[in-house]
Amino acid sequence: MEYLQQLFDQLFGTAWGAMLFSLATNMTFIFAIVVPLLLGVAYLTFAERKIIAYMQIRVGPNRVTFFGIPWLRGWGQPIADAVKAIMKEIIIPTKANKYLFILAPVLTIMPALAAWAVVPFSPEVVLADINAGLLYILAMTSMGIYGVIIAGWASNSKYAFLGAMRSAAQVVSYELAMGFALVCVLMMSQSLNLGDIVNGQQGGSMLNWYLIPLFPMFLVYVISGVAETNRAPFDVAEGESEIVAGFHVDYSGMAFTVFFLAEYSNMILVATLTALLFLGGWLPPVDIAPFTLIPGFIWLLLKVAFVLFFFLWFRATFPRYRYDQIMRLGWKIFIPITLIWIVVIGAIMQLPDSIRNMAPLNVWF
Amino acid sequence: MIFQDVIFYIFSTILIVSALGVITARNPVYSALLLVLAFVTCAGLWLLLEAEFLAITLVLVYVGAVMVLFLFVVMMLDINLDRLREGFWKWFPFGALIALVMVAEIAMVLMGKHFGLEQMPAPEAQAADYSNTKELGRLIYTEYVYPFELAAVLLLVAMVAAIALTLRQREDKNSPNPSEQVRVKKEDRIRMVAMPSEKKE
Repeated sequence: MEYLQQLFDQLFGTAWGAMLFSLATNMTFIFAIVVPLLLGVAYLTFAERKIIAYMQIRVGPNRVTFFGIPWLRGWGQPIADAVKAIMKEIIIPTKANKYLFILAPVLTIMPALAAWAVVPFSPEVVLADINAGLLYILAMTSMGIYGVIIAGWASNSKYAFLGAMRSAAQVVSYELAMGFALVCVLMMSQSLNLGDIVNGQQGGSMLNWYLIPLFPMFLVYVISGVAETNRAPFDVAEGESEIVAGFHVDYSGMAFTVFFLAEYSNMILVATLTALLFLGGWLPPVDIAPFTLIPGFIWLLLKVAFVLFFFLWFRATFPRYRYDQIMRLGWKIFIPITLIWIVVIGAIMQLPDSIRNMAPLNVWF
Repeated sequence: MIFQDVIFYIFSTILIVSALGVITARNPVYSALLLVLAFVTCAGLWLLLEAEFLAITLVLVYVGAVMVLFLFVVMMLDINLDRLREGFWKWFPFGALIALVMVAEIAMVLMGKHFGLEQMPAPEAQAADYSNTKELGRLIYTEYVYPFELAAVLLLVAMVAAIALTLRQREDKNSPNPSEQVRVKKEDRIRMVAMPSEKKE
């Protein structure tokens, strides 16, 4: 690193060299996050098809393999799908608004990837260690809705527009519950920095994780996360049986695939955030020898995979919500629960020290 | 410093062009989208001023919630552009007068003695661990707590008023009651009948 920095200084002078050096290191970092993320997305689709298949007593994708190796059957499927998507034609409907039609998938994937900038992968490994990390993520995920709305409008089709309308109302409603759930996490950790939030859950075992004192918030967050990513059982924005495919009904080829990529990378993002905020991030469940030997990054991956499994499980299990039921759940159940829990946490934080240091409370406060 | 200046000028250019676009675009949907772009670039400028909390909140509140609903409404409207442009010249002098008054007001504020580099020198750069969020929270909940609470009550009143104006109690609607549905037991709906098995002919 030192040597590279000097090389940049010599090549471009000290003023520009430092800037270009940080630009180069940041770009490397970004690629180091985005490339594994997209690979993860590809194999998440594979995992989804396999897991749901086994839940429904089928086999799932079992043909495409690498170099004819028999025990890798099925593992080439996501790659084959990607190649197919790239080769297909992107059809733009005649009456569609051409610029916005192309812009919509871009606007969907951009915040889905940009949100990863502040996600820490282990205590030191984070691209941008900013103070307001959690706020940044909330801001970025709230921008994802534009892609859906613009796609629905630009397609100039009724089904697409209906899907966009449903999705917009749903995402805006659930964002509130999600934000309130996160406020509880902030109150516990007293920091907006994701690394500090994980460090706040340190303390010997999984009893210290925010999962236990904030269990209702954990449920609210995960369910709102499912609703935010428009996954089943909240996938009325797509609703195959009612409005064909919702907002992306007119998209094809790579343009459609970009929506798909964004949806899955948002899923991974929500799962990662759940792991970081409630499940102790990279901390092992118990601070004893065999668990502490495993690097923190592996623990984080395991927890993310655990939450992602639930996402897939939900899809295989639950029937789709009716639209008024979705709205009722968001506004009449989640928001009151979160508001009450904020008051409870605030009240506990204001208790006198003698009570706060007593048996169960001193673990978390 | 050069790098920051470059970023400042890029962002300012985008901001001015998109803000002009908001009022000149023919399609209202374009106007709304350009306004979103203006908000985002404005947030970028605030980030340059080390006001990260305000910048992110601008994106979160205005871009993430307000403009989504705005766009929602604009897209639902069936706007006839020709009818919109009818009477443009009739109202032009009136509009121009208002614009002039606004320009004069802005000029009076900005060119007065309270603004300028002498009265407001550039803020000093803060250390990396300085938390803008924490400082803002401290100020809001100590020094400015009454104005803050007043603003909150004002918003609440507006919200209650909006709901009260639009709420209609319909008598003819036939919506199910979820808690009743959940409380239904197997015994309420199914009757088990013991029946001897029948022989196949």
